[in-house]
Amino acid sequence: MRQAFIDTATALIDEDPRTALVLADISAAAFEQAAFKHPDRVLNVGIREQLMIGVAGGLALTGLRPIAHSYATFLVDRAYEQIKLDLGHQGVGAILVSVGASYDGSSAGYTHMSPMDVQLIDTLPGWTIHVPGHPGEVAPLLTAAAAHDDPVYLRLSTQTNDIAYADAALLRPVRHGTKALVVAVGPMLAPVLEATRGLDVTVAYTHTPRPFDTTGLRELAASGNVALVEPYLAGTSVHVISQALADRPHRLLSLGVTHQDLHAYGTPADHARRHGLDPAGLRASLTTWLP
Amino acid sequence: MTVLEVEPLITRLTGDEKHAPSAFSTLDVLWVLYDRVLRVDPRRLDDPDRDRFLLSKGHGPAAYYAVLAAKGFLPHEWLDDLAGAESPLGHHPDRLRVPGVEISSGSLGHGLGLGVGTALGLRAQGRLEPRVYVLLGDAELDEGSNHEAIAYAGATGLDSVTAVVIDNRSASHGWPGGIASRFAVHGWTAVTVDGRDHDAVEAGLRQAAEGAPHVVVAVVETKGS
Repeated sequence: MRQAFIDTATALIDEDPRTALVLADISAAAFEQAAFKHPDRVLNVGIREQLMIGVAGGLALTGLRPIAHSYATFLVDRAYEQIKLDLGHQGVGAILVSVGASYDGSSAGYTHMSPMDVQLIDTLPGWTIHVPGHPGEVAPLLTAAAAHDDPVYLRLSTQTNDIAYADAALLRPVRHGTKALVVAVGPMLAPVLEATRGLDVTVAYTHTPRPFDTTGLRELAASGNVALVEPYLAGTSVHVISQALADRPHRLLSLGVTHQDLHAYGTPADHARRHGLDPAGLRASLTTWLP
Repeated sequence: MTVLEVEPLITRLTGDEKHAPSAFSTLDVLWVLYDRVLRVDPRRLDDPDRDRFLLSKGHGPAAYYAVLAAKGFLPHEWLDDLAGAESPLGHHPDRLRVPGVEISSGSLGHGLGLGVGTALGLRAQGRLEPRVYVLLGDAELDEGSNHEAIAYAGATGLDSVTAVVIDNRSASHGWPGGIASRFAVHGWTAVTVDGRDHDAVEAGLRQAAEGAPHVVVAVVETKGS
């Protein structure tokens, strides 16, 4: 996904004089050519994430469309107040593109992880949040985001599904069943499909948790049983689902990265298992919960 | 019109009949900027080639609102309802509510980063005429975000930026070695002036040179003195 971002952003900088890229050293080498060709619109501010967002806000105030990029923990967690004030409160937007989703950086430890980025962005009004599950979904999402001025968070991961879905801004049913709706966000689709093999459930996929497709949710949730599987902090979308189904009796299971600092290294697969997000863990949670 | 005529406007804002002019540390610098330096026009608020003035130190904006009113950016009636429920004027300015206000500020340490981005955005669009002025306070410099912007603007020679630091010695731990040196060491041109002397402030602002960002440290009375 990171390569898809680099290729697409490089093309956008070439083709659209409104686009500007702001970096804080991360991925700077990959944009060296672009920076050489467009030194005024490919800006590396050094290891300065507060300034990266401040600069993005300033660029947007002059009418450009900034893309800011780093690890999620530096881009969002560290610069949260800049995102809140230098973008949102100024009435301008930007495209924030992160790598290092949740525990992608597991071997580097907790300092390089951000399972809470989506929840942090979700505290702010007006943001569209894309969590692609496949590299093939990145280019269309980024290109579409570059064409307007609203705030967009694009969260890239090294975890990927087998197939790219072009039409997954809304809930896209991938498997049909009767007992429950299982919503898989972004790269959780692959483990969810494996976990639900042989179960009588509908599996629906989306790469866009904000705005959440509540209309599709109401249509697909006829059973009243909804399981939500998100690749970031568990519970992040519970308030949206609860509100969308407020007028109906329903049961809601919310799975995601658990609320703890494991103080552990290892692979992303190790972390998925410890958070119950591997196929076996998901299947155990789902079968216990299913009516 | 002189700065003396701004004072009744401040009184309308504060309701305080007997304030000393020194109560408003930014007043004289703001007056010099709007009266002599900034190329801004209330009739052309969206002119892309206007100078940008960013009030980073958003606390205590009475002098700012009063100068904006005096220069025709906002109706004088607005001054009578500071921070009221329906008032566009609050204790920190909101750019979406007040004509001529370039940034919403209040939380310290945001203006210089936004100013650097604004300068870069103008340059990327070939707009080489406008300057970007950012007004900060000496205590505001405690915020580390300023130092990210100071270092980067200096290293890249971003010469369309002028910072103005109002120094009323309100930083809890002071700035041993002086404020100007913090900028100069990063390659800024720096000048320290009497922040109540209009000609000195103007001269300091006009010392900006090609190839480096510029800072004017405007020294005023010590806070609370």
